[in-house]
Amino acid sequence: MREFLEGSRVVAEIVKLCKPGVISAYPITPQTHIVEELAQFVANGELNAQFINVESEHSAASVVLGAVATGVRAYTATSSQGLFYMAEVLFNIAGLRLPLILTCANRAISAPINIWNDQQDSVSLRDSGWVQFYAENIQEVADFHLIGYRLAEDKAMMLPVMVCMDGYTLTHGIETVDMPTQEQVDKFLPAYKPLYKLDPQEPITMGHLADPDYYMETRFALQRTLEDALDLIPKITLEFSKVFGRNYNGLIEEYRLKDAERVIVAMGSVCGTIKEVVDELRAKGKKVGLLKITAYRPFPYQEIYGALKDIPKVGVLDRALSLGASAPLAAETKAVFFGKKKKPQVISSFIAGLGGRDITKDAIKEIFRLLTTKERMTEFIDLKPELLRESY
Amino acid sequence: MGHLFTAGHTACAGCGQAIAARLVIDACGPNTIVANNTGCLEVFSTRYPESAWEVPWIHSLFENAAAVASGIEAALIYLGKKEAINVIAQAGDGGTADIGLQALSGMWERGADILSVCYDNEAYENTGIQRSGLTPYGTNTTTSPPGTKSIGNIRPKKPMPEIAVAHGIPYVATASVGFPQDLQRKVKKAISIKGPKYLQIHVPCPLGWRHESALTFEVGKLAIETGLYPLIEYEFGVLISQRKITPRPVEEYLKVQGRFKHLVNNPEQLKLIQAIADNNIEKYNLRAEKQSS
Repeated sequence: MREFLEGSRVVAEIVKLCKPGVISAYPITPQTHIVEELAQFVANGELNAQFINVESEHSAASVVLGAVATGVRAYTATSSQGLFYMAEVLFNIAGLRLPLILTCANRAISAPINIWNDQQDSVSLRDSGWVQFYAENIQEVADFHLIGYRLAEDKAMMLPVMVCMDGYTLTHGIETVDMPTQEQVDKFLPAYKPLYKLDPQEPITMGHLADPDYYMETRFALQRTLEDALDLIPKITLEFSKVFGRNYNGLIEEYRLKDAERVIVAMGSVCGTIKEVVDELRAKGKKVGLLKITAYRPFPYQEIYGALKDIPKVGVLDRALSLGASAPLAAETKAVFFGKKKKPQVISSFIAGLGGRDITKDAIKEIFRLLTTKERMTEFIDLKPELLRESY
Repeated sequence: MGHLFTAGHTACAGCGQAIAARLVIDACGPNTIVANNTGCLEVFSTRYPESAWEVPWIHSLFENAAAVASGIEAALIYLGKKEAINVIAQAGDGGTADIGLQALSGMWERGADILSVCYDNEAYENTGIQRSGLTPYGTNTTTSPPGTKSIGNIRPKKPMPEIAVAHGIPYVATASVGFPQDLQRKVKKAISIKGPKYLQIHVPCPLGWRHESALTFEVGKLAIETGLYPLIEYEFGVLISQRKITPRPVEEYLKVQGRFKHLVNNPEQLKLIQAIADNNIEKYNLRAEKQSS
């Protein structure tokens, strides 16, 4: 049924349909609406779950860790500093091979403190062993949660999935969304059947000490599983499309790339703006396009290669930095083409929209304009020169 | 029935914590799930591919066992199995009183039906005997060494039992590996009560305290009998029992341990430590009544 809903409400409704038994929550803007809605569902008896208000994000992550370890589907959400405070636990959840879904309402990182959107929080956790999906719009937010649970709990995976949605733009934005029915969700996402769990009937030890004779193989297994997920994700999204009628490959989306000469690579809600600009410029005969990265982890090297190998000029738009080095998405996009014969003439790197600065259509046009044969390195878009004086 | 914490682990000879861990889990029985913070106990009992635990057991991180246990409890409630299964969150003194205190406080405040056990060996023994918030006054640790300008650890123990009582939780007790029956009685009592329970167990560490490994029980008992480690029990905030003692001078306890060796010939410091014991004896009414003849 098509409904006009706030993004956070959509997440809460979808999570409800996924029937988690345990939800933990700690407030942080702009994630808070999600868990508030879930708290109300539980209070109303619409959702049979244990809702645990914890004293920190560290414990929010630890509570859902304990719940999944006991064999129960669980959910939590956070943003920014909250995600960083969870970081230690998030690495641990992946190492313990526990399937979980966490919504990251993307927000900038302090200092200076800033509650608005960029993607520094989740991008910084790219090495944690979590799958990361970045949503363009609220429909994708809804669908990636469903796909995420199914993927995480697949017996070949048993790994956590982070659904990243741009703070405010998607958490507080309102869109018309095709909401699934409980029957559809039940058909796509069966009840969670753990491979292993804490159960006195069959006692196991979880979280061993692994010395140098054993540790490396556990990390190898994580690496291989995430690489294999590049094959598994499109299989699951195909099944998704059979039930819900929407098609994703779950890794990338190519937008008007055929015959394109200049292409922007980006993740998240900015892709909607870029599509509009692409349409406008295409109408004027400019050969431009967009490559949207949906799965940032695992990173879809082959798919990106296939999409960009014949594009002469590529610009990568990062909404995060790796301070002192190339921007994360730009560096990895370049790595796709190392040693390849077919490759773009130039891959430039642009930074925009940090700390909630709007990425306007003009900003996107500026990036397309700067996509020349001259390579741009971490070029900041829409900086205010008047704020960059040497002294005050 | 065999023990639920089995032989073959790699604890040091005379490790008080290993003895206490067995006493605790045997008293709880097989229908128990344990969440364990990082520390000696975790390291010496679960080195892959082995495990000393015959109950379901999980280790996540240094400071989050109380929150992990909360998740286990919530999952058991969801599954309708909580009534039949005990949940334990256990840690050493650092994992309890320092780095793990926030998660522990949150769990207590939420009223979770979980027994938290602190194995108090009074320092970060696993990392090489560093000072914790439960290291006693005067102790020589690797991060509170005595020197020309220091007598060792200059702070008293953080009053964890009182902190637990202040949370309004229904059961708080201290125990000692030197008094195993008392320890197991308290564990059984704790799990019979619904809600958060805190049990702090004094566990001598031959390595860190530098005493003979055969003296674990004696050293444990001396801590109690000098009044330096009162065995007390609170139910719903009320002190309901204390182990009565005929106090022995603190010197008897201090002199058998290398960690206090630097104080034994320092009358001024001995006086200060005796005052800590005397204060405990007064505060908790530890002194046994004189036998009437």
